Amino acid sequence: MSNLLVFVEQREGCVSAVTKEVLSAGAALAKELGVEIHALVLGDKGIGSSSIELTDYGADQIFLAEHPELNVYLGENFASVIVSAIEAGNYRAVMFPATAMGKDLAPRVTAGLDTVMATDVTQVEVIEGGLEITRPIFGGKVLAKMKFTAFPAVISVRPNVFPPEKNSGAGHINKIEVSLPFTEGLSVEIIENLGRQNLDVSEAKSVVSGGRGMKDPDNWKLLEELRDALGPEAALGASRAVVDTGWRPHGEQVGQTGKTIAPKLYFAVGISGAVQHLAGMRTAQTIVAINKDADAPIFGVADYGIVGDAMEILPRLTEIISELNAGE
Amino acid sequence: MEIIVCIKRVPDTEARIRILEGSPEISLEGVKYVTSPYDEFALEAGIRLKEVHESTTVTVLTLGDDEAQENLRNALALGADQASLLRGSTTMDGLATAKVLANEIDEKKPDMVLLGVKAGDDDQQQVGPMVAALLGYKCATNVTNFKVQGSIVTCQRQIENGTEVIELAQPAVITVTKGEFEPRYPSLKGIMAAKKKPLIIKDVEVPESRLVLTGLEYPPERDGIHMVGEGLDGITELVQLLREEAKVL
Repeated sequence: MSNLLVFVEQREGCVSAVTKEVLSAGAALAKELGVEIHALVLGDKGIGSSSIELTDYGADQIFLAEHPELNVYLGENFASVIVSAIEAGNYRAVMFPATAMGKDLAPRVTAGLDTVMATDVTQVEVIEGGLEITRPIFGGKVLAKMKFTAFPAVISVRPNVFPPEKNSGAGHINKIEVSLPFTEGLSVEIIENLGRQNLDVSEAKSVVSGGRGMKDPDNWKLLEELRDALGPEAALGASRAVVDTGWRPHGEQVGQTGKTIAPKLYFAVGISGAVQHLAGMRTAQTIVAINKDADAPIFGVADYGIVGDAMEILPRLTEIISELNAGE
Repeated sequence: MEIIVCIKRVPDTEARIRILEGSPEISLEGVKYVTSPYDEFALEAGIRLKEVHESTTVTVLTLGDDEAQENLRNALALGADQASLLRGSTTMDGLATAKVLANEIDEKKPDMVLLGVKAGDDDQQQVGPMVAALLGYKCATNVTNFKVQGSIVTCQRQIENGTEVIELAQPAVITVTKGEFEPRYPSLKGIMAAKKKPLIIKDVEVPESRLVLTGLEYPPERDGIHMVGEGLDGITELVQLLREEAKVL
């Protein structure tokens, strides 16, 4: 009987939202397979307190690797602890969130175990007792279904695709001995952490993106107001054109050479909809396009559209949504 | 400093990708190929190191078919010194690719290996950190900018809404994304010089893929767009639809 393992992404003791999604997806699979779902937490001494939440999302067993050197994420250290933990167990699959951390870490673990990996998975099924995954390729133009011939299969799961579901697990806690050669000469070190005030566009449930049709970077206050009206789980996005002209930071760019996102609600404002942009947002659940040009390709992928001047439409839209939320 | 830049030949982003009916295969007939855009950032980073650090050699490396010579020549025209084609079939199994590249890299023992953060076709984002893990090199991924001082590489790495600054000792593997390294265009002089630069071809065995394709499908079609009138008139209707039909507000 081989179980499933989920890597728990946490920063400063906070379990990331996407970890809850991965755990929920894993718990559902484990139930179908009749196996256990385990959660693996790495962090500083005392990180165990975050594990209560993990039980709420279905973890049967929680493995804690506590060590002062694990207080910040360093790929080399984390991979080495995780590889040992996986080798000590008997796992069919190991799941990671497909975040900056997960995408840095999972390939190192895969190489350490000499196994196989699928990135940015959007669906996992049990077919004839084996796992089959679906993942977008060619910038989302095609969905590929794949199975594995090596185990444990390493899977990174795209954020915002699987709903987090409360599902109480046994949550039995196991401590892992951490004994590693952490500092061999000059090693990797995080020496600075710059800004982390806003929600990242890849983590947001609603995204308000602006393109060249916004005409001037000063007009972004209209997009910010709409974002604020949509609540704390909303973020700003941007097209490549406005990032390249320096109106917006690259961290906000949606599309090829930027971020690939899957929010519930996506507003494309003044964005024409080049292939490069579509590659980053076509898996959004609901797409709204606001554009002056009725022939803009963005209308070809949107669910709802308004033709018109964004500078006039945005304030009114923000006002109505704010009123709606105030009324609740 | 010895630098290896790994690149991949991929279909152009604009290319129409068709599924061959009745088979899990893609038709790439008539498709235009380019160097993966992320690899262009990596190459640019390598060439700039050459401009700043004396006696630096940039070798550009790819796994692919004979056609990939075109992409290697382009890299030579941009400023790389030499090129190697590992002639073999490409695979979606990142570790299979990483093993082939790591073998070659291990023979050259470079100070740095630069790659794009991911390939523009299969988007697996695996090969860089896998090469590092296989060779025991230090690694930073998703890097927008870096500087080298002595044998220390200081990288800015993009994370969710923030940047980490990481220091690592060479030999190091860096995967590069958009940021500081906007690629240059080749000069006529560069194109002429590229013809005389060495391009070595070596046949390689690529391990069998352990990721098996079982099917391909197009993403589900949307129900078609609902236009809510022009200008301000449609806004109330839009909000109502988002709330009651799409249930996203």
